[in-house]
Amino acid sequence: MLELTHVSKTFNPGTVNEKKALIDLSLHLDPGDFVTIIGSNGAGKSTLFNAIAGDFMADSGSIVLDGKDITFLPSHKRSKDIGRLFQDPMRGSAPHMTIEENLALAAGSGGWFSHLTAADRTRFRDQLALLDMGLEDRMRQPVGLLSGGQRQALTLLMATFCPPKLLLLDEHTAALDPATAEKVLAITKSVVEGNRITTLMVTHNMHQALEMGNRTLMMNAGGIVLDVSGEQRAKMTVADLLAQFKLGAGKDLDNDRILLS
Amino acid sequence: MLTVATAALELGLVYSLTVLALFLSYSMLNVCDLSTDGCFTLGAAVGAVVAVSGHPGLSLVAAMAAGVLSGFVTALLQTKMGINSLLAGIIVNVGLYSVNMAVLGGSPNINMNKTTTIFSTVKSLLADTPLAPFSDILVGAVAAALVIAFLSLFLNTRLGLSIRATGDNPDMVRSSSVNPAFTTIVGLCVSNAFTGLSGCLLGQMQKSMDVNIGQGVVTIALASLLIGSTLLGRGPIPLRAFGMVVGAFIFRLVYAIALRLHMPAFMLKLVSSVIVVLALSIPYLKGQWPVLKRRLAYRSAVRKEGR
Repeated sequence: MLELTHVSKTFNPGTVNEKKALIDLSLHLDPGDFVTIIGSNGAGKSTLFNAIAGDFMADSGSIVLDGKDITFLPSHKRSKDIGRLFQDPMRGSAPHMTIEENLALAAGSGGWFSHLTAADRTRFRDQLALLDMGLEDRMRQPVGLLSGGQRQALTLLMATFCPPKLLLLDEHTAALDPATAEKVLAITKSVVEGNRITTLMVTHNMHQALEMGNRTLMMNAGGIVLDVSGEQRAKMTVADLLAQFKLGAGKDLDNDRILLS
Repeated sequence: MLTVATAALELGLVYSLTVLALFLSYSMLNVCDLSTDGCFTLGAAVGAVVAVSGHPGLSLVAAMAAGVLSGFVTALLQTKMGINSLLAGIIVNVGLYSVNMAVLGGSPNINMNKTTTIFSTVKSLLADTPLAPFSDILVGAVAAALVIAFLSLFLNTRLGLSIRATGDNPDMVRSSSVNPAFTTIVGLCVSNAFTGLSGCLLGQMQKSMDVNIGQGVVTIALASLLIGSTLLGRGPIPLRAFGMVVGAFIFRLVYAIALRLHMPAFMLKLVSSVIVVLALSIPYLKGQWPVLKRRLAYRSAVRKEGR
């Protein structure tokens, strides 16, 4: 489904601030894979996502999504096939526009001059009801009035309204309170599994990294140091994971926000 | 007093088209379009030249087309050539001075006393009806109503929603598979069409135009916009757009009353600047006030303790 081949990216090359964010990284995802990613600070997790989503062009290497070479495609064209959630719940929706207007943009059906129809509204209402947050009765309210958790759930709905080929979740529950995070995670699970969307999820919760999905990657210094799936992963504990990381990276996992439980 | 109100309404309606243009570029796209002055003059110049050559109807279309072109250049500079949006507006504004002089054939003004314009046409149509004294107002009102109707429909289409989202959260526009550069270009083309039309109508209403007709229009329109959004800033688009017209009228009314009270006419631009400064700074200063209050209280407490 997704094929990254020898992708590298260096920021500020040739200056004192030079940062090799991705170094010769290759990655292959099968259709329907749900991959969790953990890694130390500055390991390149977000850079990897930005490279896949097209925020910048990689310095070298190629990116192929579902047989289509997207290496030089601008981000707004990639977003047709790639849904994305950030840690900041405010980044995914327009605060001064209503819930239904935000959804209308995300749904993106119809031509440039099409208006919202009654059928669209029914569709939005049904989908919002699935979030079980009462948003279906607030469709004409500006999104800026919603809480962080509600906005993140809405963003998730927007990103998957037309199921994308690839979903990128960049610590999308990290800024939410534990109960809301739990809820958003449950919604994530049901949406991803329901549509069999190939997904990459960065998390700093080690337990979650092993529990969710079918494969776990560990990143360090711009590369992938550990890739576990199947039986090996099923038997793994958080302690095993940390030990494996030390073996692969040659140092302890130093993420200042890591949750071990 | 009635004549003051009538004059304010005539001018307010014609200028309200520029306010509606800024409503699109400033309030929706979040771009402060400083090419407005030059574009307003461009519309007036093109409109005057075409009207003088005997095509009053075509003059309106030509003025709008000229506005679209000007908006397109401004948008291109900021989206495709990496020029800061404020600077792009200033550059286009300066360049347009030469363009406007060229359109006017090198002379700084045009007299339209004997020219058939949309205003003179409507006036002769209404000649023997009770509406006759209000023909200028009628033309302005119809133009403003059409622009409001257009914006109300347009801003709720998918393209319109994309334009609004571009000013609100460009990241989100990109993730909806829409290029924010494209929406910025479309938005500025449409808004400058209205600015051009506004200039064209003002020239034809006053039966003369000179190359300085647009000077300071951006500040005047911004002041009207801020008055309008203070009064009708929330709610559906048609109401907010109507608020822009109300803002333009109130601005003109206050100005006309001030003139009656012997304020010299040359004070107009200072008044508009002061209104804009007040409207933009008051919300900010309001936010700063609690900290300032606490600092003063803190200082006086420290002083009392004799430290």
